[in-house]
Amino acid sequence: MTGSIRGKAAVVGVGCCKFGENWQQGPEDMIVDAAFEAYADAGIDEPQKQIDAVFCGSVYPSRGPAEVAESLKLFDRPVSLVQNYCATGTDAFRYAVAAVAAGMHDTVLVVGFDKPKDRGVSGPSVHLNTARGLPMTPAGWFSLCCARYFETFGAGREELAKIAVKNHHNGTLAPKSMLKKEISVEEALNGRMISWPFTLYDCAAQSDGAAAAIITRRDLARNFRADPVSVLGVSIALSANPQTDPSFDFLSWKPTVAAAKDIYAQAGITDPRAQIDLAQVHDCFTMTELLTYEDLGFIEKGAAKEHIDSGTFALDGELPVNTDGGLKTFGHPTGATGVRMIYENVLQLQGRAEGRQVKGATVALSHNLGGAPQTCGLAILGID
Amino acid sequence: MSDSAAGIVSYGCYVPPTRLPLALIHGGRVVEGGPEKAVAGFDEDAITLAVAAGVNCLGSIDRERIDGLYFATTSSPFREKQAAAFAARALDLGDEIATIDFSGTLRSAAAALIAAVNAVRAEPGTQILVLAADVRLPAPRSALEANLGDAAAAFLIGSDNVVAAITDSVACVDDVYDVWRGEDDNYLRAWEDRFNVTHGYQENVQRACTRLFERSGTRAEHYSRAVLYAPDARSHGAAAKALGFSGDKVQAPLFGQVGNCGAAFTPLLLVGALEQAAAGDRLLTCFYGDGAQAMDVCVLRDSSGGSRSLAWHLQRRRALRSYDAYLKSRHLNPSEHDPRGGDGVPATVHFRERDSDVRFQAQRCTACGTVHFPACRVCYGCYAKDQFEAVRLSDRPGRVLSYSFDYFFPCPEPPVIVGMCEVDNGARVYVQMTDASTDMLRCDLPVEFVFRKIHDAGKRPNYFWKSRPLTASAEVME
Repeated sequence: MTGSIRGKAAVVGVGCCKFGENWQQGPEDMIVDAAFEAYADAGIDEPQKQIDAVFCGSVYPSRGPAEVAESLKLFDRPVSLVQNYCATGTDAFRYAVAAVAAGMHDTVLVVGFDKPKDRGVSGPSVHLNTARGLPMTPAGWFSLCCARYFETFGAGREELAKIAVKNHHNGTLAPKSMLKKEISVEEALNGRMISWPFTLYDCAAQSDGAAAAIITRRDLARNFRADPVSVLGVSIALSANPQTDPSFDFLSWKPTVAAAKDIYAQAGITDPRAQIDLAQVHDCFTMTELLTYEDLGFIEKGAAKEHIDSGTFALDGELPVNTDGGLKTFGHPTGATGVRMIYENVLQLQGRAEGRQVKGATVALSHNLGGAPQTCGLAILGID
Repeated sequence: MSDSAAGIVSYGCYVPPTRLPLALIHGGRVVEGGPEKAVAGFDEDAITLAVAAGVNCLGSIDRERIDGLYFATTSSPFREKQAAAFAARALDLGDEIATIDFSGTLRSAAAALIAAVNAVRAEPGTQILVLAADVRLPAPRSALEANLGDAAAAFLIGSDNVVAAITDSVACVDDVYDVWRGEDDNYLRAWEDRFNVTHGYQENVQRACTRLFERSGTRAEHYSRAVLYAPDARSHGAAAKALGFSGDKVQAPLFGQVGNCGAAFTPLLLVGALEQAAAGDRLLTCFYGDGAQAMDVCVLRDSSGGSRSLAWHLQRRRALRSYDAYLKSRHLNPSEHDPRGGDGVPATVHFRERDSDVRFQAQRCTACGTVHFPACRVCYGCYAKDQFEAVRLSDRPGRVLSYSFDYFFPCPEPPVIVGMCEVDNGARVYVQMTDASTDMLRCDLPVEFVFRKIHDAGKRPNYFWKSRPLTASAEVME
């Protein structure tokens, strides 16, 4: 059986570097910026003494966990690297929380980072070292559900465009986002086609970034700050690849459904739409966000169109999603993204999200979906 | 050669649907119904054309009962490596069969056919599949370009249920330099046209056919039709006339429709002639190249050949809109990305995956019946380990479950249409779609599967299967 993390660990500090095409920053610069912001946030002035272990998340590290240890000079203690496709950041967070909950460490640092903009291409790299499975592009994988979903439930490119418009708007309110530009539905629909039905505006940008979080035992949390954020649940689920799964229905992502079932049990959530105040979900592509509304149980399967039209998930809506602009405006430095979502949710729960603040938020969810896609990471945070 | 027990048991052809209107070559205006030629698509080569003809020829014939595959071409994608072996795997033939490439000459199909007939005579009951295909590369805008086309034909040679017997064959040999490719030539080269026609083509064809007439005691009037190779339409008419054939006794050479398809030229015409022939017909069939070879083909039974006739293939066409599109499909225009760059599929990966990728073999769980593609060790349905039997997907229809159009992936004709397809036995395959346009796509669209070149990375062809809309008729795909 799977246990519950609830009540065992808390987030006491978060940090995030400015996401973007950080030509002047190497991974070390971004890692240091994020970690030292988190130290300060937690009131940690002696990280060498106060950080017992480090959990790193990165999909394209050049030197593995040493990249973080050497940047922060955190040596002679456990430093590990976690990889789990685009859910890497959330999975690193999950390992950190589990290690604290198990009593292995009192206080640990989570660092998610990636630096894709050193590769010289604006999109994903194309490798022709296989005959099967081509074209092997993330947009191609994630767009595969669209045709079937559109034909079944009547949503279309316009609903996708509205998600992009919403996230672009929210991103203008987030100091650390990369894109700060309002767009219109028309612009989104007329963008350059990447993988039908996705135009450029349906796709998250490639960016560099790093984010950090400090996790400690729940009973020690108030030693760091007066308003610690509790971890109500963490979960990860890996499901069959939609390209080989004999029972995939192209209407729903299985790993999200599986991870949601697990985490809601941990966090005691029976009515997600009523009990969750805001969510950061994986909008690598707009369709990913659309299906996630349904897969997380925020709304009924097939109901996304009406809720997108009515603004349920807008910043001033019933359940704001991607309050900081999401992957759409932060870009997607793979290992950093899940931790960046934790950063935003912590700010929201502590009432520090400025112009994008969701009033009175006490429960926030974050969601990553990665692979073809095959893996979903979820975290639910709460504040008393 | 008088024993008539060995002959053609089944036959079929393949003409790629893509057509290059000849007017595009020199920038002229394309007129509807104007002359054109069949060209292999960017994902086709001599091997894929041959496989398509082979599929059409074999139909539902038991592939485990094929004892050999002979492949005739001048344009194998490999200088060293057997094309027949690739074709045999793609056709899911056994791995203890005889495979031979007959190459290096336009006349290679004649040699392959006679070798197959001899093999069957030596051991009655044997069945040999003879494939002839060519995708020859003329220099862009050269005089040769307008005449050459791409196509393939296939014949199953055996001793049971023979449709047409090859009762006699006469060859003459000549080393004239008419067309050739040297060690470093990418493009086909040719000497002056009038010399080639006079001393290469006409002399050899007349010699071979005249000798066949003398040996058989026949004249043109004993034959229902002449099936003749020719380098161009005018020479074809002249050769037929000199041999005493005219009008509908001459099998149409398809210049302006297919073009001179090299080693597959006479085979393609022979398929067309057999489709129209009746029991008792006699076909004077002449191959050319480094000499000539004339055959006496006696039709024993009415037959219809492959499920897709030559006429079907001629009707199914998709005209290119620009000469540039043709050049792109042949990697003849410079682009930012080297389409032949990179290392390609590692040989070891190809080795392990070749039954999935080339044979298009799936596996069915003998415990619960779930069909998996590609092969795996543990069943998705019941989690049983290693309880599978192989199943062929390539000759089964399927339908599109969902799809997308990828504009990002490098492709001579973007976007790449890609979809998850369900084969009618439940297998699911993630494959690109070919010979289709985006406006045809919808969920549940019926498809068939075709063997195609996926890319040329590593400077060699890398093959896999694609889906193609399964249209009831020879629907024009635009």
